[in-house]
This record gives sequence, C-alpha cells and structure tokens, in this order.
Amino acid sequence: MENWSLVSICVLFGLTARWAVSLNSYSGAGKPPMFGDYEAQRHWQEVTYNLPVHEWYFNTTDNNLNYWGLDYPPLTAYHSLLCAHVAKLINPDWVELHASRGHESYGHKLFMRATVLVADLLIYIPAVVLYSFYLSEGSNKKKVCTVLCILLYPGLILIDYGHFQYNSISLGLALWGVVVLGLGWDVLGSLAFVLSLNYKQMELYHSLPFFCYLLGKCFKQGLAGRGLFLLVKIAVTVLVTFALCWLPFLSDPGQILQVVHRLFPVGRGLFEDKVANTWCSLNVLIKIKTILSTDTQLYISLTTTLLAILPSSIKLLMKPTLWQFKLALVNSSLAFFLFSFQVHEKSILLPALPVCLLLNDLPLPAIWFLQASTFSMLPLFLKDGLLVPYVVTSLAFLFFSIYLLSALEHCSEDKLRLGPYRRLLICMPRMDLGRVTKWKFYFSITAMAGLSFMSVALAPPAQLPDLFPLLVSVFSYLHFLGLLLYFNIVQIAEPPQSVRKNQKKSN
Amino acid sequence: MCYLYVEVHSVISIPPRLIHRGQASVYDTGCVMATPRADDWSWFPALALGVSFLKCILINAYHSTDFEVHRNWLAITHSLPVSKWYHENTSEWTLDYPPLFAWFEYSLSHVAQHFDKEMLVVQNLLYTSPATILFQRLSVIVTDIVFIYAVKECCRSVREEKGSKDLLGHPFFILAALLLWNFGLLIVDHIHFQYNGFLFGILLLSVARHLQGRHLEGALLFTVLLNLKHIYLYIAPAYGIFLLRSYCFTEDNTDGSVRWSSFSPVRLVALGSIVISVGALSFGPFIAMGQLPQVLSRLFPFKRGLCHAYWAPNVWALYNMVDKALSVLGVRLKLLDVAKLPKASMTGGLVQEFQHSILPSVSPSITLICTLLSIMPAVLSIWCRPRGARGFLRCLVVCALGSFMFGWHVHEKAILMAILPFSILAVESREDAGIFLMLTTTGHYSLFPLLFTAAELPIKVLLMLLFTLYSFTSLKKLFRGSLLNPLETTYLLGLVAVEILCEVVYPLSPWQHTMPFVPLLVTSVYCSLGVCYSFIRLYVSLLRQHGTDKHKQL
Repeated sequence: MENWSLVSICVLFGLTARWAVSLNSYSGAGKPPMFGDYEAQRHWQEVTYNLPVHEWYFNTTDNNLNYWGLDYPPLTAYHSLLCAHVAKLINPDWVELHASRGHESYGHKLFMRATVLVADLLIYIPAVVLYSFYLSEGSNKKKVCTVLCILLYPGLILIDYGHFQYNSISLGLALWGVVVLGLGWDVLGSLAFVLSLNYKQMELYHSLPFFCYLLGKCFKQGLAGRGLFLLVKIAVTVLVTFALCWLPFLSDPGQILQVVHRLFPVGRGLFEDKVANTWCSLNVLIKIKTILSTDTQLYISLTTTLLAILPSSIKLLMKPTLWQFKLALVNSSLAFFLFSFQVHEKSILLPALPVCLLLNDLPLPAIWFLQASTFSMLPLFLKDGLLVPYVVTSLAFLFFSIYLLSALEHCSEDKLRLGPYRRLLICMPRMDLGRVTKWKFYFSITAMAGLSFMSVALAPPAQLPDLFPLLVSVFSYLHFLGLLLYFNIVQIAEPPQSVRKNQKKSN
Repeated sequence: MCYLYVEVHSVISIPPRLIHRGQASVYDTGCVMATPRADDWSWFPALALGVSFLKCILINAYHSTDFEVHRNWLAITHSLPVSKWYHENTSEWTLDYPPLFAWFEYSLSHVAQHFDKEMLVVQNLLYTSPATILFQRLSVIVTDIVFIYAVKECCRSVREEKGSKDLLGHPFFILAALLLWNFGLLIVDHIHFQYNGFLFGILLLSVARHLQGRHLEGALLFTVLLNLKHIYLYIAPAYGIFLLRSYCFTEDNTDGSVRWSSFSPVRLVALGSIVISVGALSFGPFIAMGQLPQVLSRLFPFKRGLCHAYWAPNVWALYNMVDKALSVLGVRLKLLDVAKLPKASMTGGLVQEFQHSILPSVSPSITLICTLLSIMPAVLSIWCRPRGARGFLRCLVVCALGSFMFGWHVHEKAILMAILPFSILAVESREDAGIFLMLTTTGHYSLFPLLFTAAELPIKVLLMLLFTLYSFTSLKKLFRGSLLNPLETTYLLGLVAVEILCEVVYPLSPWQHTMPFVPLLVTSVYCSLGVCYSFIRLYVSLLRQHGTDKHKQL
C-alpha cells in the first residue's frame, strides 16, 4: 500500500483513540466549588472574552485570581480568547461573566473536547508525521510504525483528552521546532520554539538544548563570519516573536512584572501533591519541605538542576547534531523534572516528547520510559475516573510499540549502547547486559501492573492514607533517575559507527 | 477417488474454480501452505489484539436500548425457572431470541453475578451501574474470540494468487483486516451493543468449514447458529440446497447436472440427525412444557410494521419514498384530498406501521413472496450447476441480501449478514471486490443513524473513514487497478455530501423543527440506491458465471 494511505490509517486510528478517551470523565467533573483543569480552561475563556487585556493577569473585582487565575503565558490567553469567540457563537451561556462559573453540560464538554482535537490535528499530529518521515531512519514501513507508536503514547492522550489540557499545542510547537531545525531552517525553528514557550512556560525545560544547539551551530560556522550573521538572525527572530506575543502588555512595565509573577509562582513551595521527582521522593526520608526555608529550597533546586543539565548541554554545544539535540532535550527536560522547583506530575510529558523521538533509535529504553511516565500519573488518572482508558491505552501502547518496533528483539548490548556500563562494571562477573535489561524491563512492567492493581483494589492502611500514590511516585522516580543516567551516558559516549554514518548523511 | 478427481480436472485443464465439494479443501490448504509466510501468523494476534483494544476503549461510549434488552435477558434467565423465560414481561424488551441464546445469557449471568448482583434482578429496569456496563461490554469483547478464531479459519481457506513478498498485499491479510476491523460490526456491537461478533463468528466458522470440505461440522455450526438467533433463517435456503445437492449427492453428470443415482442416504441421515438433535436440545424442553406456540409468537412478532423506525436501505424504502412523493404531488396538483390521506407519521421513532397513501399497502406475505422470488434464481443456480463451496458462499450472500432487500421489518444492521461473508469473495476476484466496495460503503454508511448522539459522531466518522480507506487502498493494490467506474465513484462521494447535509447543515436549518425526519429519509433512500445496485450487480455476476459454466460444458 502507498505510504499516504498507511499514514492516514495510523492518523485516523490515533484520532479514534483520542476521541474515544475523550468520552470519559475530565478533571473536577461535578466537584464544586473549585472543579479542575477543565473548569480552569473554561474560566480563562470567560475572563479573556469579557475583560480587557490589561485586567487578565490582575486581581480585580471581575477577576478573582484565586479562582483559577490565568497563570500561563499570553499565547494561552489568546487561544482561550479564540475558543471563547467560538463558544459565544454556539452558546453564550458558556462564557457569561460570573454566571458561567462551574458550567458543565453535555454540549459544553463536547465543545471543549473538540477544541483539543482541532488543536492536536493542526499542530501536534502533522509534526509527528513530518518528524517520522523526514528525520527518522529505516524503511517506510518502519516510519509508519513510528508514527503510530508516537501517536499512541498514552500519557499525552490521557492528560489532554481525559484530564483536560492543551499540551498538544505547546509540545506540538516544540516538536515543530525540532523538525524544522532538523531540516536545517534555523530561523523558523527558533520561531516555533518561542511560540511554544509563549504558550506554556514549562517549555523552559526544553529551552537550554534549543539554545545550545543553535549557538553550537553558530560556533561551527565561525563566529567571525556566517556564524555571527546566523546568530543575529536568530536573536532578532526570538526578540521579535517575543515582542509580538507580549505586545498588549509592553506598554506598562507593571503589566510585564505581574505576568511574570503569575507565570512563576515561587511562593507555592518546592513541590505539590505527589510528584515522582527527587524532592518528593527525598521527602520520604528527610522532611526537606519543612526543615528548609523557601529560599534555601529554591537555591538548592536551582544548583542541582544546573549541575544535572550541564554535561549534556556542553556536549551539545560542542557537537550540534540532531542526535545530540534529541538526547539533550531528553536530558535537560528530565533533569528539570527531577530537580527543579514547583514541578507538577503532568510535567513528565515534557521529557516524554523527546523520548518519543527516540522510539526508533532506542526502542526498549524509550518504551520503558514512556510507560513509566504514564504510570507515574496514575493517582491523577484515578482521581479523574480514567481507570479504564488508562489500562487500555497503556496495554495497547506497550503491545503495539513492542510488536511494531520489535523492541525485545533489538536489545543486544550494542543496540542498547550499554558499552560504557560494561566498562564501569568491569569487576562484575561477565553477563549479557542486554538480557539483564530485558529482565529488568519485565520485572518493572509487572511491578507497575501490580502497583496499579493495588492502588485500585486495596484500601490503604489508616495511618498511611497516601501509601499507594507515594509508592507509585517513588517507583517511577527510580525509573526516571536510572533513565536520566542512561540517556546521559548514551549522549556523552560516542555513537557507534552506523549512527555516525547516518548523521553524516543527514548533515 | 478424491485425488483422481483433481487429476482428471487438472489434465483437462479446467480452472480450479470449478473443482468443488470435498476437493476444494485439498486445493485450498495446499495453496496456503505454498505461500512463503504461511507459517508465520504472528501478525494475526496483533491485528486481533489491536481491534480488541479499540473495543475496550469504547466501553464508556453511548449504548442503545439493546444494552437494557440484554441486561433484562440476563436477569430473566438468571432469576426465573426455564418455564417462565418466554412468559416474563415485566420489561417491554421480552426474550425474543431462540432458546440457545437464552442459555447463552444464562451462562453469562453466572459470571455477571461476580460483577454486580443487582443487574440480575428483573425489576431493576434500565439498571446501568459502572460494573454492569463493564461486564456487558467485556462479555461482548470476550465472546468475540469466536469471531477471531473464525476469521483465522477463513483466512486459511483463502485462495492465494502468486505470492507477493509484502505481507500487507496478501489476500489472507487483507481478509483478516476487513473482517476483524469491520466498521459495521464495531459500531453495532461495541457502541450500539449487541452480540453479533460471536454469532457471525459461528457463521463464518461454518462457512470456513464448508470451504475446507468439513461439511458436517459446517452444518452443525449453522444449526447451532439458527438456534441462537433465528434471523439467520434467511440464509438457510442456501445451506439447505447446498448440502442436499453437493453433500447428499456425491457425483455429478459430466455436464455438471445432478446424478440422481449417486444419492447417499447415509449422508442425509447424518445431516438430519444433526439438525434434529440440536433443535431438540434447544426447543425440546419448551415443546415438553407445551410452550412452543408461546415461544414462536415471541420469535416472530408480525405485529411490527413493514419498515423499522429508521427505514433500512432496501426496496421498501424506495417504495415508501415513491408513495410519499406521489401523495405530495397529488396534493399539490389538487388530485388528492389532504383530509382523506392517512396520517403518515413518516419516521416517528417508535415502531409503527407506515400507511401508504397511493401505492397498495404491503403485507408480510407479499414480502415473503418477494424474498423467495428474489433468492430463487441463486438457489436454483447452485442446484443445477454447483460450483463448490464458493458457489454456495455466493448464494448465501445473495440470500442474505435478497432478504434484506425485500424482507418484513428489516433492520439496517442486517446488512452485515451480506457484507461479512462477502468479504471472503472480495479478496479472491476483481469483480467481487468492486461490488464489495459499493455494498460495504453504502451499507456501512446506512448504519450511521444507529449512533445519533453528538459525542459519537466523530467516532463513527473516523472509524468509517479508517475502514473505507483501508478497504479501497488494499483491494486496489491487490487487484492492481481501479475497481469502480466513474459513476460508482461519484455515487460514493455523494455519501460525503449526504453526511454533511444530514448531520451538519440540516440541523442548523429551520426545517429541523418542522420536518425532523428528512435526514433519515435522505440517508435511507440514497443508500438504498447503492444497495439495490450492488444486489443487481451481484446477481449479474452470479448468472453470468452460470452462463459461462454452461458454455464451457458445451
């Protein structure tokens, strides 16, 4: 069959899965007074539609910031405004100021779900298809399989179509940045990334690799000549894009400060709820959140994050290739997730995006990571009543990706790039590390299944009501930490011959 | 004897298509074995599991009243003695399937009690706890294993042309995808809610057994099927004549006509005892209790109207349309008096009789006669010139489609009875593939009104596109070239226009309130044109084959 029909079938299948998940419940459904992220997004439509721009980020009589105040960058606000205009056309009650608070209905749910689908279809899905066809290796069939596996990644589907958010926009724009940079259009790539950053500030997790990749490229071309010209072009693009996005707020410095303050709420503490990162896991042993002052926490987290992203960034700066870039994106965003300040469990989607791009190169570790990332959000899914879609999409993703990418057949030491481990473990008895990895994978998947089952079926002991969420996050944290090490080692170590050859071709 | 027959035929170089009866299996299995990837079936579980995941993710989708129907039957069979099963009428959805299906529900109910005991109480009308939904949905998904197994058996029996290297281009792969991922089955079973997968599984398994030459097994499976759901009576003529002609008579004359002397009473007795013993097992207890008239009155409710609330796209839809058009025209031209016209509430929603104003009303007996007439040539053809199990399969499709075209109170879902078996023929011949594309696309589109909720609209459109795109591209690649003529293509593209008109434009127009029935009417009439056309083309292909066979024999 022709490629286009196979790709269309994959895309249609991905869309079907997305819409089927969206038939389920959303966050905060029927839970007054605060509801959840669904109501937050609806509320932003209400605010942006009814209030003038300069009131959006301020606490006024018509804009109570304590009730889901706008805390995302301007592009999100514009997107809300656009949706609000459509909503107004369909049913004015949906965006009525004050009166629409907590509005829930069959039609409205349908409308909200449709906005997610449209955004996904316009931004994220084309980027995935382009990436797989132009920037991944292998036969056409393999590329089609990659498209399908990336589109079936459960974490993003469940958060966007179940819980309710628009991650496919920010992640999709970032992916557009990767694709366009990979194709060699540096200016357009930086434009796409700046848009993504202006949609969701969490994209900062990806910003350092973008910066290092572009700077490294300028260095390579020689800062005296063409490199400088490129650097100036990129800098101007970034500044102009930023200025355009922030245009309504530029007139008054107070506005800018207020928006920035809303975007980075330092006062909310090191972490909230149960997150599979270092601080939450460490908190089990030492109560860092209570014994350290907020400033110290901020300081510690900043230092550790910088330390963790340093190696991969320097390597990328020295060697700005697509392969290094993808790995640096993983390493940087994962380091941010594990060590930075005020991390949400949903932020794991940020490292998950670049890991999706590695599905073709390192199938087993990528699948493992993606599965663990979905698993780490289990408590959230249970709270939202998404148990059935969580189980089904996870199983489907595991099955399809392992089968289509033949992940379990390609796990020799060489394919998994475990050479450096071999050198580290020189004193250990000789064993096949590929096989060991496979068994660890089996064990970990079984444990995830077991923990999922326990979270659903068993009641926690009375003195430890958070036992299962905590177990889930610590267990996922161990995965993330191990895989952060692994991806760093893969990035720092020289790639094997075959990859280098391909890179020459693509360069 | 059997090998001799094959040899004789191959010596005089008659195409293998003409080899029939027991010999078919020798040919088929040999051929599948010859293909390079015959032993590698790892793709099959992948395809089956993939669609099962899709079914599971639809668990929380909309379900129709059929969900309550089956819940009620679970409750009836679980909590009442057998003697009350066909008398119970607390719910309006009384048990109206044959006894074996009641036993099937009875066995399901024993698993159901571990999910939620409340669903097994007859008085709990419209009971839908999450556990009930999960159980009922899972019961459909799990019993689909029968369907999956049957599809595998069908794929094994498919004739293989010269082996292409690409797995996706193999007829057996395409057939598996067309059957497992069938759009109609997915939405009828896993959204609307019914147990067709399991039932069609038995039908396809029976067909596969005939293709493999295991006729007694095939007959047994079909008898069981009849006792599970009596709608399959429509295709019983094909089975009856085929088994009588090609199984009970063991030899043909040289011109292909029946050799009366070769009649085998042993085979007839074997067949008869299968039919009678299964029937006795199913209906016996009710006959013993003297409830047979009661059971039959439940199974065949002729009180219902000619057409279902939504007209199935068949001849009667066109007939009603013509009648309606004539009456409107008559009123306009002042030839008719509006007051004298019967109040025809067109597609009201409840099952009711549509009264014709101009054309004569149609009674059940007329539909029966029309149905019989429509299938007669096909049945006669397999009597006079049996063309093996494939000829039988073609006849079966004609019977299913004929009864769909002319039957009394036909449901739109019944089109699946023609589409699913026809898939097997579609991957084997170019002409059939063309007819198949016409029939499936219109037939599947005609199922759209089953899912009328807004939330399921994207699902049905996406799944329909998925299946249609796959069937077109895969069959086109298999037969290397376009399968439809421009007129047919235009007609099928017209479906897109109908969909946009009916589900997007019309609801926004002011007529939505005054004449809400128009979209259904347009859908049904437009689709019935396509289905009628496919029916005629199918018939032409059958009779032409009949003609060419005769010609060759001469």
